[in-house]
Amino acid sequence: MSNVTKVQKEKNEGTAVPKVNKKETKKAENSVINVNDLNLWYGSNQALYEISMDIPEERVTAIIGPSGCGKSTFLKTLNRMVEMVPIVKTSGSINYRGNDIFSNKYKKEYLRTKVGMVFQKPNPFPKSVYDNVAYGPRVHGIKKKEVLDQIVEKSLKDAAIWDEVKDRLHENAYGLSGGQQQRVCIARALAVEPDVILMDEPTSALDPISTAKVEELVQELKEKYSIVIVTHNMQQAARISDKTAFFLSGELIEFAETDDLFQNPQDKRTEDYITGRFG
Amino acid sequence: MLGQNENGVKKRMESRVMLNKVMMVLFFLATTVGLIFLGLLFYRVLTQGIGYLSWDYIRSFPAPYPDKAGIWAGLIGSIMLMAIVAVFSVIIGVSTAIYLEKYASKNKFTDFIRINIQNLAGVPSIVFGLLGLTFFVYMFQFGYTLMAGGLTMALLVLPVIVVAAQEALRSVPSEIEQASYGMGASKWQTIARVTLPAAIPGILTGTIIALSRAIGETAPLIIVGAATAIYTLPDSVLAKYTVMPIQIYNWTGRPQEEWQYVAGAGIIVLLAILLLMNSIAVLIRNKFSRRL
Repeated sequence: MSNVTKVQKEKNEGTAVPKVNKKETKKAENSVINVNDLNLWYGSNQALYEISMDIPEERVTAIIGPSGCGKSTFLKTLNRMVEMVPIVKTSGSINYRGNDIFSNKYKKEYLRTKVGMVFQKPNPFPKSVYDNVAYGPRVHGIKKKEVLDQIVEKSLKDAAIWDEVKDRLHENAYGLSGGQQQRVCIARALAVEPDVILMDEPTSALDPISTAKVEELVQELKEKYSIVIVTHNMQQAARISDKTAFFLSGELIEFAETDDLFQNPQDKRTEDYITGRFG
Repeated sequence: MLGQNENGVKKRMESRVMLNKVMMVLFFLATTVGLIFLGLLFYRVLTQGIGYLSWDYIRSFPAPYPDKAGIWAGLIGSIMLMAIVAVFSVIIGVSTAIYLEKYASKNKFTDFIRINIQNLAGVPSIVFGLLGLTFFVYMFQFGYTLMAGGLTMALLVLPVIVVAAQEALRSVPSEIEQASYGMGASKWQTIARVTLPAAIPGILTGTIIALSRAIGETAPLIIVGAATAIYTLPDSVLAKYTVMPIQIYNWTGRPQEEWQYVAGAGIIVLLAILLLMNSIAVLIRNKFSRRL
């Protein structure tokens, strides 16, 4: 109980002061993904225009913008999940650690083990918590029970949900609350040991307390992972991200250090959006 | 507008309300027609057949005398036939559904296949019997055996199973498939580990309903040569066989009244098996639909 009130308190402070225990990471910036002149079409509708940006390593990059601005599309392009829609066409290039992700030689299955994803709605499999987290390692051929046990425990601990589920590992994940399900999904993504984690509005279906827990978790995860998070919540972007990109109508309007973008936007449209004049 | 005409509205009101009641009664009567005849059927079958129904009846082979005759050969024949039908129709049917739903690109050719599978479900069963006679009995030289009958019936129920499996696959939420792809699983891994397990209740339900349709089929089996009276159980898939509906059909054709009662007892056994299969389908559906 005391834990909950503490989290709630932090959350409340969070709305007043944009930054909560955000670790200052001013290390030399290496980029993990480089996007160059990316265009994307759904059939004949162009959804992304000439996007170029470098995603920094071991930092949190937030993507904000109004609905339909292409931020989710952009995120899904980074691990080629966008191609689930058969009519998608792209031009330009995306390099993940120097590898052209659109190259035929670079398998999208391999890309997705390196660039994992957490979805908007918690989407656990209708299996036990254990089987959910063990799914990824099993897909990649790990069969030994001891190894799987270790991975499951470590992933659940890293996703800060171990204490809540350790006694119900073999119960169906559908029995957990929405917030717990989302953290199990994060644990499931961690279990394949990705390098980059893409998060598509991961808290939009969660209550404020669960949201606070996920936000705290994102702060811890950036020690080891590079995180790109799409959010429609500007306060969230301000709270948890190091860099922020503002998308509008399929274009990247501004991409800067989060503090700079929110306190000193360079583009009039960014300023209008973050001050709530539209969107 | 109505105000100027209030008396007229009032006058008509009575007849409109009346018409409503009349229609309700008519629709109710239409509903009861089916129920009444089902009730009559049950009543006739039970009163005529129950006297002949006994453990001995179930365990006996056909005999020249009504009180010695039994359904054993038909019962076991039907079960063995259904086993063959299930194996072939499920393997081919589910594979077809997976291809059409998950692998095939949407183009004119696959649309054509989809439409024709649905058309195939409406082809009269006797036509499948002729097909089975041409291919399985003569061309593949299975003769008048369980295998020929089973494959013919498998073709008959195949379209139903394909359509049911397609629907079951389609109803699996794409979110959980995306979760699988998002971790680097290949398409086949996603289908085998996520989609199929989630679709299995729907596939099983469709399969059992298709099989319970097949277990009552007579026409195609007469053509592919199910025997009318055999005195041993089939010892392999290439043996002669009979099934319950053919046995029952054979008994009803005899002139003495007692044979009608023997047939009645056979119908009770057939209905019991049908009811059992449908209950299993409902159980599976209820058990799994709570989970998803």
